[in-house]
Amino acid sequence: MCAQASDARGAVPLIFELGQTGRANRYLDSGKPLDTFLPRSVLREDLPLPDNSELDVMRHYTKLSHRTFGIDLGFYPLGSCTMKYNPRVNDAIAARRHFAELHPYTPDELAQGALQVMYELERSLSSLFGMAAFSLNPSAGAHAELGALLIAKKYFKERGELQRDKVIVPDTAHGTNPASAAMCGFKVISLPSNARGRVSVDEIRKVLGPDTAVCMMTNPNTLGLFEESIAEIAAAVHENGGLMYYDGANANAIMGYTRPGDMGFDLMHLNTHKTFTIPHGGGGAGHGPLGVAAHLVDYLPTPIVTAAPHPNGDANGAPSDRLTFRLDFQRPKSIGPMRSFWSNFAHAVRALAYLYANGEPGLKRVSQLAVLNANYLRVKIADFLQTPYPEICRHEFVASAQTLKRENGVRALDLAKALLDHGYMAPTIYFPLLVPECLMIEPTETETKETLDGFVETLRGIVDEAKRNPQALFDAPKNTVVGRVDETRAARQPDLRWRP
Amino acid sequence: MAQPEDLLFSKEHEWVKLDGDSATIGITDYAQNALGDIVYVELPKAGSSIKQFSSVGVIESVKAVSNLFTPLSGEIVEVNAALENDPAAVNREPYGAGWLLKIRVSDPSEAQALLPPAEYEKIAAD
Amino acid sequence: MYAPHTERDVAQMLDAIGVGSLDDLLRVPDAIALKTKLEVVPALAELSIQRRFDRFAEKNTGVEYRSFLGGGAYRHYAPPAIAALAMRGEFLTAYTPYQAEVSQGYLQAIYEWQTYICLLTGMEIANASVYDGATALAEGAIMALGATGRRKVLVSRAIHPNYRAVLRTYCDGLDVAIDEIPITNAGTTDLDWFANAGLEQYAAIALQSPNFLGNVDTLTPDALARVTHGGIVPIAVVAEALSLAALAPPAAWGAQIVAGEAQSFGVPAAYGGPYAGFIASTQEHLRRIPGRLVGKTLDNGGRTAYVLTLQAREQHIRRERATSNICTNQAHCALIATIYLALMGATGLRDAAALNLARSRELASAVANVDGVRLKYEAPFFNEFVVDFGRPAAGVLAALQERGILGGIDLGRFYPELGSCALMTATELTTTADINALAAALQEVLYVRAGV
Repeated sequence: MCAQASDARGAVPLIFELGQTGRANRYLDSGKPLDTFLPRSVLREDLPLPDNSELDVMRHYTKLSHRTFGIDLGFYPLGSCTMKYNPRVNDAIAARRHFAELHPYTPDELAQGALQVMYELERSLSSLFGMAAFSLNPSAGAHAELGALLIAKKYFKERGELQRDKVIVPDTAHGTNPASAAMCGFKVISLPSNARGRVSVDEIRKVLGPDTAVCMMTNPNTLGLFEESIAEIAAAVHENGGLMYYDGANANAIMGYTRPGDMGFDLMHLNTHKTFTIPHGGGGAGHGPLGVAAHLVDYLPTPIVTAAPHPNGDANGAPSDRLTFRLDFQRPKSIGPMRSFWSNFAHAVRALAYLYANGEPGLKRVSQLAVLNANYLRVKIADFLQTPYPEICRHEFVASAQTLKRENGVRALDLAKALLDHGYMAPTIYFPLLVPECLMIEPTETETKETLDGFVETLRGIVDEAKRNPQALFDAPKNTVVGRVDETRAARQPDLRWRP
Repeated sequence: MAQPEDLLFSKEHEWVKLDGDSATIGITDYAQNALGDIVYVELPKAGSSIKQFSSVGVIESVKAVSNLFTPLSGEIVEVNAALENDPAAVNREPYGAGWLLKIRVSDPSEAQALLPPAEYEKIAAD
Repeated sequence: MYAPHTERDVAQMLDAIGVGSLDDLLRVPDAIALKTKLEVVPALAELSIQRRFDRFAEKNTGVEYRSFLGGGAYRHYAPPAIAALAMRGEFLTAYTPYQAEVSQGYLQAIYEWQTYICLLTGMEIANASVYDGATALAEGAIMALGATGRRKVLVSRAIHPNYRAVLRTYCDGLDVAIDEIPITNAGTTDLDWFANAGLEQYAAIALQSPNFLGNVDTLTPDALARVTHGGIVPIAVVAEALSLAALAPPAAWGAQIVAGEAQSFGVPAAYGGPYAGFIASTQEHLRRIPGRLVGKTLDNGGRTAYVLTLQAREQHIRRERATSNICTNQAHCALIATIYLALMGATGLRDAAALNLARSRELASAVANVDGVRLKYEAPFFNEFVVDFGRPAAGVLAALQERGILGGIDLGRFYPELGSCALMTATELTTTADINALAAALQEVLYVRAGV
C-alpha cells in the first residue's frame, strides 16, 4: 500500500481519529459535576466522544463537502428525482428566527404566521392539483403513501368492505408503493405495461374485482410517458368501488395542463423536495403533502390548519390576511398523526416561498420547460443510444445501453461511472426494471441549453470510447476520490461504525 | 455447466439430493450465477415444517433478493449454519458446502413433480 | 421563476424536437385538460417574497416570549459553525449518496453519525436516520414484531403522547394491538403492572427515559429479567437526546432497540420539523433495521471507501417485503447533529448537560417556592419536570401567557388526571432572569386568582 497521506484518492480520517480529550471549545460555561444533581446510579460511567477544536471540525467537514457532489457543482440528470436548482432565498427565509425558533407547542394565537404559511401552501396545492384538501403532516413521499393507504384501509373498513385487500401497482412503479401497501396489510398485484410503456384499460380490467382497494399510479409514469387512458382507468377502478392514488413524484411535468383531481385520482402525495425546490440534503429531510378528494377529507392525518374570519383582519391585504388560524386535532375519523409534530414546517416555508416565486403562470412555465429540456435531450441522445420509446416524453425519458452491452460488453453502470469522471452526476440506472440496461434521465427546467448540449457531447464521447476501448469504461471513474467500491465486501462483512 | 446426475431439480432453480427419507436442498449453479455475489441467506428454524414449493427463506445478493422455495415438503432437520459467516459458499460450491437445508421428507411421492438433470438443463439454458 | 431559457433557446429546442409549440409537448386528452383558473399565491419578485414573509414572521410572536416549553422539542445552544458547514451547497444540494464515488464525504459523515449514535446509546448499530422520534418508535416496534412473530406491543403510558398516537396510526395499518402500562404515583412506568401479565403475547415493551413527565424511567433488573424471560424486545425511547450525555445509556438497562430524536443536537425547533429520528439496536436486529445504512469497505484500488450497504433490506429492492417503506430520510438533520457533536465533544456535551440539570433545578425550586405550587414527583429528572398548580393548569398558563411567558405544557391535554399540572423545561438557554420572571408572574397569577 502506498502512503495514504500522499494519495489524494484516499481516506480522510474519521472525526474520532482526530480528536483529543481536553481539546474542547468553550461554547458554554462549565457546570458542576453531574453527580451534584443526580444519583450515581442513573448516571453514565463514561462518554467516549472526542473533543475537537473548532478549526479542525471546520476543516474536516469542509473536506468532506469537497468529496460530495451536489447540484451546485454540476448537472444532476437523475431520473425520478427532479434535481432542480434550490433557490437560496428559501433557506434564508426558513432560517429566520421567527420560523426556526418557534416551538411546536406555541399556542396558536402566537404562531399565526406559521399557520398562515401552512394554510396558504395547503390552499395553493389543493387548487394546483385539483384536490379538496391537503395534509402537510407526512415527512416524505413514502410517508404520505403510507398515510394514503391507511386512509383507504379505514375508509373501506367504515363502509364494511373489509374484503378489499388488494393494491394494484404497475410494474413501472417506485419501490415505495408496494412497500407502503404491505405496511397496511394490503396484498400487491403487479400490473404489466403494454408495448407502448403504458397501462392499458383492458389489462387493468382483468385484475379489478370486489377485492380491489387501491390502484397506485404515477402520471407521467416512470418511463416519462403520459398515461393517456388515465380517465378510463380511473373510471374502471371507480366502477369497481376502488380508489385511485397518484404518486406525485413526477408532478413537475403537468402543472398548468392537468391535475390529478381532473384525471380521477382520489388520493395523492407530492414530493415538495422534488417539485418545489426543497434541497434534498443528501437524502432528506423531505416533505410529503398528502392530498385527498372531498369524500376522504375527514380521514386526513392530524392536525389540519383551519381558518376563520379575523375580526381585525387586514382588509387591504391578501385574502388570507383576513383570517385567523388554528391547528385542528379533533377529527374523529382521522387516521391519526403520522409524526411527532405537525409538519416539516421549515420545508413548508421553502415550498411556499417557491410558489410565490412562480405564481400560476410561472408554475406552468416550469412544467413547459422541464418537458422541453427532456425532449431536447431525448432527441439528441437518440443519435447514439437506444431510446426504447421514441415519442414525445414528459419531464424525463429512458435510454438503453442494451446494444452497447451486447456488442461491446459495456453496461449502463459503466456509462454512469464514466459520466462521474466528467463532472456530471449519473442518471438513474436499472430503473424502471422493464427496460434492460436502462438510463433514466430527468434534466429539469433549471438547466440551460448550453448545459444540455455539453452533457450530450460528453455522453457521445463516452459512448464512442465504449466502442473503441471498453476497458476504459470498466476502469471508470478515475478522477474521483475513490474508484469503484466493493459493495459485496460491504454487505458480507458489515462495518457500520467506528470502534474505539 | 452440467448438473450433477444424482440430483433432482425444481423449476425455481433449487436442487434436492435424496437419501432415504432425508433430503439436502440447495440452489443451482445457474441460480447462484444469476443472483451474483450472495451476501446473506435467511433460512427457517430447524424443527419447522415446510410445504412443497412454498417460500421458506430469502437469498440476498448486493442488489437483489430472491425467495427460496422448497422442492419437497418435510420437517427441517438442519440448516447450514456456516452460511451465516460465509454466504459466499453458495457462489463457490452451490452443490457442496453451499447447501441450504436438510429435511426429513414427509411425502416421497412429491419427487415426481421434480425434474431430472437433463430436463432442468433445458430450463436453465433458456 | 428559476428557468433560464431565452425565447431563442425555446425556438431552437422545439425545432430540434420537431414540434411547433410548447403546448404540443404537454397536451393531454381534452377530458382531463385543466379548465379552471388556479388559485395559487401570486408571483412575486424575490424582494417582495422577503417582505411577504416579514408579515408572516411578525405574527409568530411566540418566539419573543420567555419559554419553558419542551416535551419533545428543545431550545439548545447551536454554535454558528454548524450552519456554516451544513449549509454548504455540496451537502445541501446532494441527492441520496447512491453513487458512492462522488458521495464519499456525505457517506463518511453518515458513518460518523451512526458511530455517534452508537457511542451515546451504547448500542452496536445505528441507521442513517428515520423521520423523527415518533416514527422511530413505530419502526422499532415493527422490528420487534418481525423478530418475535407476535402481534401485540406493550408501551408505557409515560411515553410522549404524540409518539404513542403515531404508533397507534402505524399499528392500525398492521392490525397490531397496543396495550399501555399505567403510570405510578411516582411518575414512572408501573413495572409491577406486568408482573403476572401474559408477557409471551407481546413483541416489545417500550419505555421512554426521561419520560414525558421528565422522570428517569427504565427497566429495573428484576423487570428486565421478566421481560427477557417472556422473549420480549425491550425498546428505549429517547426524546431528549442531550440527556444521553448525562444518563446511563439505554444499553445499560437492557434495551435492545433505541428509538430516538436528535433534534436537541443543533437542529432548530422550527415549529415541529424537520428533525432527526434515529434507530439503534443490538447486532442481532441488524437485518430488521429500517432505512439506509452506510458501511465501510474498500475501492478497487484497496482504498478505504464508504457505501450504502445491506440495501436488500430496503424498499427499492425488496419492495413489499422490505423492512420498512422509508426512502427519503433526514440526512441533512443528521449531518447537523453530527457536526454539533463534533464541535461540542464530550466536554461540551457534559457542560451542556450540567447546565440543563442546574437550570432546571433552579427553576424547580423557584416555582416550588410559590404558594400553592408543588412539584408533582420526586423521581430523578434531567431538564423538565411536572408542577401541580392545584387548579386547572390551562387557566394558569393562559394568565402567564398574558404576562409574556410560555410557562409549560398543559398536561390535561394528554392525561385527564393531570389537569392541574404542567410540564416545565429549562435548558442552558434559560436565564436566571427568565426564572425570576416566571416565579414572580406565577405568584401574581395565583394570588390574583385566589383573591377573585
